[in-house]
Amino acid sequence: MGEMIKMVVVLTVLSIVSGGSLAWLKDFTEPKIENQVMNLVKGPAIRQILQAAENDPVEDRFKIMDGDVERNIFVGVFDGAANTVVVESVANGFADKVGMVVAINMADDTLRGMAVTTHKETPGLGAMAKDDPNFAAQFTDKVTTNPFGVTNDGGQISALSGATITSRAVCSGVNKAVEIYSRLKPQLEEQIKGMGK
Amino acid sequence: MAKSIAYEFTKGLWKDVPPFRLVLGLCPVLGVTTSLKNGIGMGLATTFVLLCSNILVSLLRKVIPAKVRIACFIIIIATFVIVVEQMMQAFAYPLFLDLGVFIPLIVVNCIVLGRAEAFASKNGVIKSTADGLGIGLGFTWALGLLGAVRELIGTGSLKGDVFGLIHWDVPNIFGASFEPLGFAVQAPGAFVILGLLLCAMNLIPSK
Repeated sequence: MGEMIKMVVVLTVLSIVSGGSLAWLKDFTEPKIENQVMNLVKGPAIRQILQAAENDPVEDRFKIMDGDVERNIFVGVFDGAANTVVVESVANGFADKVGMVVAINMADDTLRGMAVTTHKETPGLGAMAKDDPNFAAQFTDKVTTNPFGVTNDGGQISALSGATITSRAVCSGVNKAVEIYSRLKPQLEEQIKGMGK
Repeated sequence: MAKSIAYEFTKGLWKDVPPFRLVLGLCPVLGVTTSLKNGIGMGLATTFVLLCSNILVSLLRKVIPAKVRIACFIIIIATFVIVVEQMMQAFAYPLFLDLGVFIPLIVVNCIVLGRAEAFASKNGVIKSTADGLGIGLGFTWALGLLGAVRELIGTGSLKGDVFGLIHWDVPNIFGASFEPLGFAVQAPGAFVILGLLLCAMNLIPSK
């Protein structure tokens, strides 16, 4: 009996110490990881889709409250006016969450472009959503009033071969981003008024 | 017969170097050694886990009940692996992208659990530290060597850095006419080159 109790106690204490210290570590590293992802993954992706912008969209970013969620918004300046916003969104992919950035032109509500940033999809299949520029290019300049979908589901995006689930995830992620954008549009317009002189 | 601390440290560097002498821990050995940089990064990550888990297991060896020792070792090892994963994401993100899934897989690396079970749970802290450090650095140079050979044959040059501290850049070692052999950086190339290195190691006596 005594041995039994000892086993339970030792395992419990170990797990508590381990869980506690990892929780502390997560709090400590989270802002640093976010920074790294911003500089090395999201930053280049955003600069890529807003290549023609006259400012640095990663510099000109702000946070905005959407209900009780805080969202990062990146602003692009075209033709001397801040008229493009980049919204981040995530969707459930084949393996894990697929993160993406979606640039929307506020003047006419069209997509300026999108790019997949973080994912754990299968290399060569689902990972092509990030690696194949032709897939992402399908979203460029499309109107946002119709929801996006893959052609199998009656949409306008041809899915990556062998990666329908990832393609669907990307479409639903873009749709989510558009939803967030529509919800926040009045606030966004207010925020970017002074920018892009 | 008590063996000296120096012996416990140096055995991992040459006599018992895990991938070459014991042929252990081959999953990362084959998986991440596409370049010298990745090999050393993976080796150092494993060394950190090995060192910390050896120290902690050795400290707790009187407290841990024999029946649940493996579970306890796994908790300790897994904790340190997550520490490495988080720190690498925070401070060496490009390396994390290269090593990817192999970092969490250090948990099931047989070398780490093997040293905890076979050595640290039976020896004092100082000896376990020496053992963990020696085996870890042995693993690191083995991965580094394999990575360097594969990178040289596969690309003709060596380029990279370790956590931004040490940089190296050796361009076109075989001259400009060298045609890179992509086979070497693919999975089958890993097996072939590992086999050749094992053969070379066996020609040199271990004593």
